Amino acid sequence: MHSLSFDISHSLAGGLVLISFMMLYQDRLYSLLNVFALHALTLALSVAWQAYIQNAPHLYVTAAIALVFKAIIIPVALHRIIKQLGIHRDIETAVGIGPTMLAGMGLVALSLALMLRVTAEADALAREDLAFALSVVLLGLLVMVTRRNAVSQVVGFMALENGLVLAATGAKGMPLVVEISVAFSILIAFIVIGIFLFRIRERFDSVDVGALDDSRGERR
Amino acid sequence: MMLPAFNPVAGVLLIPIAAAALLALLPGYRLTARLNVFASLLTFLSAGALLLLPRPAPGAYVLVDDLNIVFIVLNSFVGLTTSIFSASYIAHELDTGRLTPAYLRFYHAMYQIMMFGMNLAFMSNNIGLMWVAVELATLTTVLMVGIYRTEAALEAAWKYFILGSVGIAFALFGTILVYMAARPVVGEGQDAMIWTLLIQKAQNFDPALLNVAFVFLFLGYGTKVGLAPLHAWLPDAHAEGPTPISAVLSGLLLNVALYALLRFKMLMAANPEAIAPGTLMVIMGLASLLFAAFMLYRRRDIKRLFAYSSIEHMGIIVFAFGMGGPLANFAGLLHMVMHSLTKSAIFYAVGNISQIKGTQSIAKIRGLTETHPALGWGLVIGVVAIAGLPPLGIFMSEFLLVSSTFARQPWLALILVFGLLVAFGALTLRLTGVAFGEPRGSRAPAEASYVPMFAHLTLVLIAGVYLPAPVVVWFQHVAKLLG
Repeated sequence: MHSLSFDISHSLAGGLVLISFMMLYQDRLYSLLNVFALHALTLALSVAWQAYIQNAPHLYVTAAIALVFKAIIIPVALHRIIKQLGIHRDIETAVGIGPTMLAGMGLVALSLALMLRVTAEADALAREDLAFALSVVLLGLLVMVTRRNAVSQVVGFMALENGLVLAATGAKGMPLVVEISVAFSILIAFIVIGIFLFRIRERFDSVDVGALDDSRGERR
Repeated sequence: MMLPAFNPVAGVLLIPIAAAALLALLPGYRLTARLNVFASLLTFLSAGALLLLPRPAPGAYVLVDDLNIVFIVLNSFVGLTTSIFSASYIAHELDTGRLTPAYLRFYHAMYQIMMFGMNLAFMSNNIGLMWVAVELATLTTVLMVGIYRTEAALEAAWKYFILGSVGIAFALFGTILVYMAARPVVGEGQDAMIWTLLIQKAQNFDPALLNVAFVFLFLGYGTKVGLAPLHAWLPDAHAEGPTPISAVLSGLLLNVALYALLRFKMLMAANPEAIAPGTLMVIMGLASLLFAAFMLYRRRDIKRLFAYSSIEHMGIIVFAFGMGGPLANFAGLLHMVMHSLTKSAIFYAVGNISQIKGTQSIAKIRGLTETHPALGWGLVIGVVAIAGLPPLGIFMSEFLLVSSTFARQPWLALILVFGLLVAFGALTLRLTGVAFGEPRGSRAPAEASYVPMFAHLTLVLIAGVYLPAPVVVWFQHVAKLLG
């Protein structure tokens, strides 16, 4: 039988996969942001739990970043941007919800089949953590490719990154985890919010990446 | 009193950082452009000193060995020549109002941070640090690609950012998996990420985990190498950013990602039970070569044309390293160096041309050898070199690669030769119009320095005619290391 600590981290990681699925069928931007905040909150809990059971206090920093930055600051900021741009009523999935959910299930099945097979000799906790983390990464990627809107692509990218943090914290004793999560946060903060959205709005009055597509390729 | 001993490693890493801070603060483009050149020169000299002075022992973070020193010297050399080219290019951009002084300050600071990121990626002995450095270098180029803030530039930067991020995410996942594979053998913590320790103990790693790790690393870093079908960001990023950035993207940043792949390939090769990474590289390399060769025919934008040519050449290089063995690795290394030099020289020419003509459209650039002889003939030599004609350096490396492949895998060699010929046809077709057609567009003289372009082309020519013996010995040694 597994211990309690195993069960808790297992259910938190499983919860992340579940919430990733919830993201797939949100067709309003506000609700997508709310689900993402929940995603980040679950990640924070999961990382904090890993910090506790691995006795690795530096991981609390990563958990705090996930909680403060990703579960609060970013969703609030994106909320404001959406409001300012007046795109909150947009329904913007590029692919239907049914096929997306099926693709999501396929990806999860793939990652479980792959990771559980190759990590047969690793300890059970790391194994399943890794399988879940890959599922979250792939589902985040799916969010990115099935959305046309720049805001939701960023949300997809952050979900993907949550999966990476989950994998990194699950790999016991891995160095640089905190640094990597800080680097990712800076990346998201600076590039995405600050520069790109600002500029894209300024130039096009739209954050629909589809509107940018006409400039692709050999125009001149 | 003794001066503290000069430390070239610190020089290569710290000079760009210090220069970036300084350039971000100083106003006035004349001064900053010169400072940029000066800092790049100092970095290059430090890199040269790495060759001469005794190397530091590999530490927890920094490693200098026979392999990466080739990359570092090449990197800082092209960084130097590009900064010289950039100085005249940027002055013109200011005159035409495409850039403002504030953006220029940002541009120069970013240039040095990018050089820092690339040098750090080459020198890092820690696979986590290497990942961070590659990410840093990529991000600075994303910002610079979008610097004109036109629709097309922003779209290119956004596409580059999204695809680059996915690539970087996969690479990190692969890095975590390598750590997981190493942990039971090397032990927990820092040690399990130090490359020199990993390579010693790689034969005991769990092969299945290592295989999956390599697939992720290959997809991740392969996106940055620009391998088809992960190349979608590359032509846009090259075409829409400032031309000096196109030159460093093609000449240097692709090499950084390639270097990361090579390090992990060596790790895979050290484990007898893991899959041979070569097969994957051969397939993707050939696919990129063929795809890009055909795409060359449909290009109407001159910078995009050479961006696709970069995909083609990265395909050839990845194919060469995928074949492995002393001869193919030698050809791959030589090809990489020659491609960096030639492609950046071509971009220097193209940058000046598109500034004079005010367009990047191939149809509107005609008869350059007549209107601008130096520029036109420079471009002709560059394209002749990149198309793989003798007596220039790329002919040497392609000849070596083709002949060594024929001896081992004749069928693959046939595909390779076919791809090379298709690309050759496309390039000559485009070149004849641009260089020898009826002159069209502005005949204004170029106010630019041709020194960087001709310096590169001379080196390529010398390498094609006579490769100095010490260089040959060195490359042979490195080729053996690569296995």
